[in-house]
Amino acid sequence: MLRVSDTHHLLSAKAAPVSNFTGLIRKLNVDGPLLSGLLLISIFGLFVLYSAAGEDTALLLNQAIRLGVAVVAMLIVAQLPPDFLRRWTPLGYLLGLLLLVLVLTSGDVGQGARRWLNIGIRFQPSEAMKLAVPMMTAWFLQDRQLPPRAGHLAIIAILIAIPTFLIAKQPDLGTALLIAASGIIVIVLAGMSFRLIMGLGVLAIPGAYGLWHFMQDYQKQRVLTLLNPDSDPLGAGYNIIQSKIAMGSGGLFGKGWTNGSQAHLEFLPERHTDFIFAVLGEEFGLFGVVSLLVLYTFVIGRGLFIAVQAHDTYSRLLAGSISLTFLVYVFVNTAMVTGLVPVVGVPLPLVSFGGTSMVTLMAGFGILMSIHSQRKLLPH
Amino acid sequence: MRLLSPIKDHHLERRLFIGRAIFCAVLSVLLLSLVIARLVQLQVFDHELFAEKSQGNRVRIEAVAPIRGLVFDRKGRVIAENLPAYQLELIPEQVDDIDDTLQRLAALNLIESDDIERFKELSRTGQQFKPVTLKFRLSDAEIANFAIQRPRFPGVDFQPRLVRHYPHGQLFSHAVGYVGALNTADVQRLDSGRYAGTSHTGKTGVEASKEDNLHGDAGFRHLITNARGRQVPADSSELLESLPIDENASPGANIYLSLDLDVQKAAFDALAGRRGAVVALDPTNGEILALVSAPSFDPNLFAVGMSNAQYGELRNNPDRPLFNRAVLGTYPPGSTIKPMLSLAALETGATNLTRKTICRGYFQLEGNEHRYRDWKPEGHGPVDLHDAIAQSCDVYFYELSGDLGIDNMHEYLTRFGLGSATGIDLIGERGGIVPSREWKRNNFSDRDNQRWYNGETVIASIGQGFMLATPLQLAVATGALATRGERFQPHMVAAVEDAITGARSITQPKSIANVDIRNEFYWQYVLEAMHDVMQGPRGTARAVGMGAPYEMAGKSGTAQVISIAQDDEYDEDELEERLRDHALFISFAPLDDPKIVVAVIVENGSSGSGVAAPIAKAVMDQYLGFGDATGQ
Repeated sequence: MLRVSDTHHLLSAKAAPVSNFTGLIRKLNVDGPLLSGLLLISIFGLFVLYSAAGEDTALLLNQAIRLGVAVVAMLIVAQLPPDFLRRWTPLGYLLGLLLLVLVLTSGDVGQGARRWLNIGIRFQPSEAMKLAVPMMTAWFLQDRQLPPRAGHLAIIAILIAIPTFLIAKQPDLGTALLIAASGIIVIVLAGMSFRLIMGLGVLAIPGAYGLWHFMQDYQKQRVLTLLNPDSDPLGAGYNIIQSKIAMGSGGLFGKGWTNGSQAHLEFLPERHTDFIFAVLGEEFGLFGVVSLLVLYTFVIGRGLFIAVQAHDTYSRLLAGSISLTFLVYVFVNTAMVTGLVPVVGVPLPLVSFGGTSMVTLMAGFGILMSIHSQRKLLPH
Repeated sequence: MRLLSPIKDHHLERRLFIGRAIFCAVLSVLLLSLVIARLVQLQVFDHELFAEKSQGNRVRIEAVAPIRGLVFDRKGRVIAENLPAYQLELIPEQVDDIDDTLQRLAALNLIESDDIERFKELSRTGQQFKPVTLKFRLSDAEIANFAIQRPRFPGVDFQPRLVRHYPHGQLFSHAVGYVGALNTADVQRLDSGRYAGTSHTGKTGVEASKEDNLHGDAGFRHLITNARGRQVPADSSELLESLPIDENASPGANIYLSLDLDVQKAAFDALAGRRGAVVALDPTNGEILALVSAPSFDPNLFAVGMSNAQYGELRNNPDRPLFNRAVLGTYPPGSTIKPMLSLAALETGATNLTRKTICRGYFQLEGNEHRYRDWKPEGHGPVDLHDAIAQSCDVYFYELSGDLGIDNMHEYLTRFGLGSATGIDLIGERGGIVPSREWKRNNFSDRDNQRWYNGETVIASIGQGFMLATPLQLAVATGALATRGERFQPHMVAAVEDAITGARSITQPKSIANVDIRNEFYWQYVLEAMHDVMQGPRGTARAVGMGAPYEMAGKSGTAQVISIAQDDEYDEDELEERLRDHALFISFAPLDDPKIVVAVIVENGSSGSGVAAPIAKAVMDQYLGFGDATGQ
């Protein structure tokens, strides 16, 4: 099914006179607005990180290198045609599951959790699953009638539940919830009926109760702490109390870059990783945090735009899921730091210090770029 | 070409997707708005609250210990002061290998190897930025030694601190006492607000009894710190200005003692090499002039801190240098109570001025074979009361004891202050014992022991048996003799001086119940007899008193340490030194205008007049202006 408007759009874009730079961008299958948004966030993030890490240039350089690697990963993925990704999706998903099982049986232990696999290089297979799950879900739905039927939904539920369970077992509840979310987003976008969503929402209440028993003690503690942080101000509640003090004392415009006493005098724990948003809030105030949220919104918006523009179901669902999962990241982290949700180990994307997750994120955006720049007529 | 499901409608699907995308976008905006609303709440509405909390987070209140008050003698000479001393400190967080560092410091003899475990424990348990004191005072040689080695010891350094110093060493260790590091009991007892920042407290002597005055009040200063409590520089003057105002520590009050350095030294020197005590006081107001217990110790050891080995040596020394014999040591007063009993006997009619006894060297109760010996085996011959005092005839007192009775003895000796604590401004003073029938009933459990026996009255008349008194009590009682019944509570603190204003609060003499003797002549009679002890032709201590440039009165005493079996001759030289009699002496001078009372006890000194009296004389000489010291 070929539509004239699409062809026209495609042709006219190619025919338009472009500068060398835009030409290069186009040749590299890069989406300019998306790249700009991501780079702005990353650069902003580097500034915040420099301050949060106690003006540690070595750490900053480390993060910059990781960022570079992630951008390269994004560029490489952007060159892969969507068809290629689609073709390899089932295999990738199965390989991911296999690796997750391997992690549980023979992974490296760090900080009380078994998350890493060491095969020459140390990496977390759960990171790969962040992309593999929405890809698999989208792949499963691409040829099926939408909105999906109940039987299909049940199969998808299993496709999502297996990796989620394996990752929760590590234990890494934060990642497990994000991966489940990325899959669920696909089926919501695919048109699952709102009635069903509501129904599942009601079912989620006993589900949450079941989850409570599944949680580790420290995770239960985090939930209790959220409800009453002052119950144990020097223990479990310390992080939330200190991050709220940091944010609140920042006020409208903040204490100024590198002047945050909460961060620099080490009151705020995990200030350059999960709680970096509080450093931003302390030093740049409401103005700073809203600016960052606006940048995130722009990236998410651009991602959804790309999804809407995509020409096939697989691309649409995948692009939409990647964009909205990014939103889930941002929301969970900022809501956690501001004390709206329990502390779960979710970094602030592109700003928190840390490597693997950044590569995964950028690879995801590479997929968005590939989808957008290599749009073609339906693959018939 | 893939086979599509026949009902798959791409156009419819796209519209469905767009609808869902819009729905998700709206949801996203709502979620982010929720976060922004929360941020507005925290950063706009609650900003002030959190700004205050953030400020409170970083401002730590640190206590500033007050400077301890000084102690002076009656002429303003320093007895206890605070000197800057260099102490060796280790900051745990700056030391990589604490064990290795301590081992190497021990190898340099800067710390004792016994203490390594203790320091390791302290380094592990304390806050990591807080220094652990390894040695409170470094000698010049140690400072020089360490200064060369310092580069090899990162995290170890010497720091100046004020350390309590007793310039006269052993001289005042029992009177003034010492300060020592706070222990757990101290921490529970003391007001944590006043003692915040304080490391030492008075443990004994005036340092303990006047702790409240000497200590002062802690001040506070505000520090900007990081989360681990370490001080960090203020990053803005604004912040510094916003800090609450620091409160200065108020220094402790200075104490002026009634003690006289020269008299104290004379007593200390005279007691050198002995175990015993000297208490000298002014009978007209109760001021203590000298208070010495021997052997002594260096109180600086406690102020500076000593090794376990050093402390063990002090504790386990059989001569008990830490024991304050002057106020805690209780001894049988021996014949020193004879002047008091004489007054009691005259007053109650148990004897009179003309009664004479033929002393044959022993006394027997009717119907009893037991011989109560006189100290002079061949006897004193015929003696009246005057002779009985001057020559210290025991038999005279044995004989009148039956007429006087134990309860009268108890009554009069109690009036002189024996048998109960004097109330001196020191902690832990002992009260001694003046027995009576009632006392025996109350202090023994089995019936036979609760009875009072006549033989016990006999030996009580020469200050033996159950009777016990401290040297201080003897001095106070002697004061009442010297003043003919006027009594004052003894005290060592003459004045308390505010360290800032210099205002002095002077201790007023505190009169206590007088010893009333109806016939004034009895005083005259007994005091003259005491005078003759020193300066009469047959006085027991005439060898000491003769030739004194002033008129003195005294009374010797010996107190048995063990009882001698009947009819056994005993040879002093063969007796173990520690089984010899204690030598006692009480005295005052001048006779008609008493200015000083001295009580002396020399443990196992054998002879009151031969050993204890010369010590008393040396102290008096010094005080009355005939001594060696010129009083610098």
